[in-house]
Amino acid sequence: MKKDLISYTIHLADSALILGHRNSEWCGHGPVLEQDIAITNISLDLIGQARNFYQYAAQLTGNNTTEDTLAYLRDAREFKNCLLTELPNGDWAVTVLRQFFFSAYQYLLYQQLQHSSDTQLAAIAEKSLKEVTYHLRWSSEWVIRLGDGTSESRQRILNAIEDLWMFTGELFKPADYEIEATAKGFGVNAELLKNDWLQNIKAIFEEATLPVPDENAWMQTGGKTGSHTEHLGFILADMQFLQRTYPGCEW
Amino acid sequence: MPIHDLEKTFLDKIEREIKIEPRDWMPDAYRKNLVRQISQHAHSEIVGMLPEGNWITRAPSLKRKAILIAKAQDEAGHGLYLYSATETLGTSREETINDLHSGKAKYSSIFNYPTLCWADIGAIGWLVDGAAIINQVMLCRTSYGPYARAMVRICREESFHQRQGFEILLVLSRGSDEQKAMCQDALNRWWWPSLMMFGPRDSDSTHSDQSMKWKIKRMSNDELRQKFIDMIAEQVKVLGMTLPDPDLKWNAERKHYDFGEIDWAEFWNVVKGNGPCNKQRIEARTKAWDEGAWVREAAVAYAEKRKEKQPQTPKGALEAA
Amino acid sequence: MTTKYYYGDFGESGSGEITANNKKNVGIHSDAAGHDWPLWEVFIRSKQGLDHKHMGSLHATDAQMAIENARDVYTRRMEGVSIWVVESKHIHASNPDEAESLYDPANDKAYRHPTFYDLPDELKHM
Repeated sequence: MKKDLISYTIHLADSALILGHRNSEWCGHGPVLEQDIAITNISLDLIGQARNFYQYAAQLTGNNTTEDTLAYLRDAREFKNCLLTELPNGDWAVTVLRQFFFSAYQYLLYQQLQHSSDTQLAAIAEKSLKEVTYHLRWSSEWVIRLGDGTSESRQRILNAIEDLWMFTGELFKPADYEIEATAKGFGVNAELLKNDWLQNIKAIFEEATLPVPDENAWMQTGGKTGSHTEHLGFILADMQFLQRTYPGCEW
Repeated sequence: MPIHDLEKTFLDKIEREIKIEPRDWMPDAYRKNLVRQISQHAHSEIVGMLPEGNWITRAPSLKRKAILIAKAQDEAGHGLYLYSATETLGTSREETINDLHSGKAKYSSIFNYPTLCWADIGAIGWLVDGAAIINQVMLCRTSYGPYARAMVRICREESFHQRQGFEILLVLSRGSDEQKAMCQDALNRWWWPSLMMFGPRDSDSTHSDQSMKWKIKRMSNDELRQKFIDMIAEQVKVLGMTLPDPDLKWNAERKHYDFGEIDWAEFWNVVKGNGPCNKQRIEARTKAWDEGAWVREAAVAYAEKRKEKQPQTPKGALEAA
Repeated sequence: MTTKYYYGDFGESGSGEITANNKKNVGIHSDAAGHDWPLWEVFIRSKQGLDHKHMGSLHATDAQMAIENARDVYTRRMEGVSIWVVESKHIHASNPDEAESLYDPANDKAYRHPTFYDLPDELKHM
């Protein structure tokens, strides 16, 4: 029970951290000052969510585990984030589309999770849902803007769909610890989120005048169980470098 | 009203500490001077995000990462407030930004130094933000209303920046030998450039001091620099570190710290573009701006399309009335 | 060097004898002006019961984006509970040259202010 709860919580934390980390790479490099600030806000929200989940997982784990030992001292194979979150930022189209896909999923996930039998998870979900509601709105608007903007922006968002679509299936394909989590009542059945998610994607894509890709296309999986893309290793090399070079220090 | 009278009214307001507002008459030179100073101040905030942003992905704990992101984001906000202030003077943000990218407009030279280790993030917070705050507190009383108001907001938000920097150094100064060395190394490299932030010595100027007369600027470079040195020379004791100046010592007679000579050749070279990172900073900003062009255009195109489709009454317009 | 430089005021390029050894042309479009998104003024109610107050301005392509940008830019520290935005070009301002004729007349209407009336101290709640 506890093992599954820890794995499940770390999975939620990892996805939030890695996407927050990716978004933070935009800080100082955004297309316009107002949006630089906006994407950075989303990054801060996600890192905040990750910290809440990690702190809870650390408390459950004991043995002097902290949010930082979880984030900084595990290797790529132990990370349980969805593949979608670790993909490179690409251009603005890739970034906002990745955010849209993930926020639409997180929105449904947290809506359910706030009724979790585990009061901690429920509380974190409830708090995070407010943030995600805004992320979803913000990213939806950008997808619409780019889809129905100029011919260049349309082409770029089409390219982004092409690149990202095959990473969306994993969101709804539960790992073992998710299945256990659902069975025991503290987790959300990810499979059941898929339909609502697709409806949301279709609605926004329609407004954006974008074609909806084949929902039965072949999907990449593995992130939730530690089989990642090559990108994650580089993220961790960057992120963990100080903790690894100077082990056991306070910062 | 004849120009002569307008100028008299203007100077009278300055004399009586009445703020000048955007639509008030002001001498052309005052306007030009302000546009230059405020926009360069704005550029400093924006370029200043880069050396710190450099460490966002490598921040050594989740807490530090969140703080650093929030801080860099604040700087984006501060740049935005300041660009807005220049816009009240009739200069568009785009013009202002183009001047940065073309090299016509300057920004604080301090950001042309590299951030080489984590302690640099602490040193920037403590020394660079510390120096900035001394200037900015003074600028809250500047004579141009929008600039003064932007500075008030900025000062309020910046109060945590210097504290977080000092805290980073404090933790390092109490840490392992390697961390202590890292801390000292950062201070050695950032001390002199942060003194240069206040500009050349007052005595090096034969220029009549229009900025002071117009109360855009309220204290001289040397006064501000001395204030900063007196503050830091005391605070460094808490860290148990040293500042890299053998001539730094308390002068009981002056009631100030004496200090050594700044390397003015280095100062002028960095100002003129020969600093270690001038090139990469401007390239990073230009790249972000150029690569953002299609995004900005798309948003405009979409807004125009939507306006055609549905001449909209924004939600809430009625309640607002 | 005769020009005085200040913090936040580093002079203009071309002055002085040192030249950058890394200057290069950057791609500034010749038709550079006029691409900014429209400018909006932001008003924020900091808490229920207070008026909206002018906070500053920002750029956005439409009202919705302006409100969201205002939320991201001006309420990062929970400064607001309600946001108004208005495109700057729609604001009409009084002419400062007419300030005397507009506002000075109110100067001698002291009777509009409560302290003008000399009433006995025993009188409460007025």
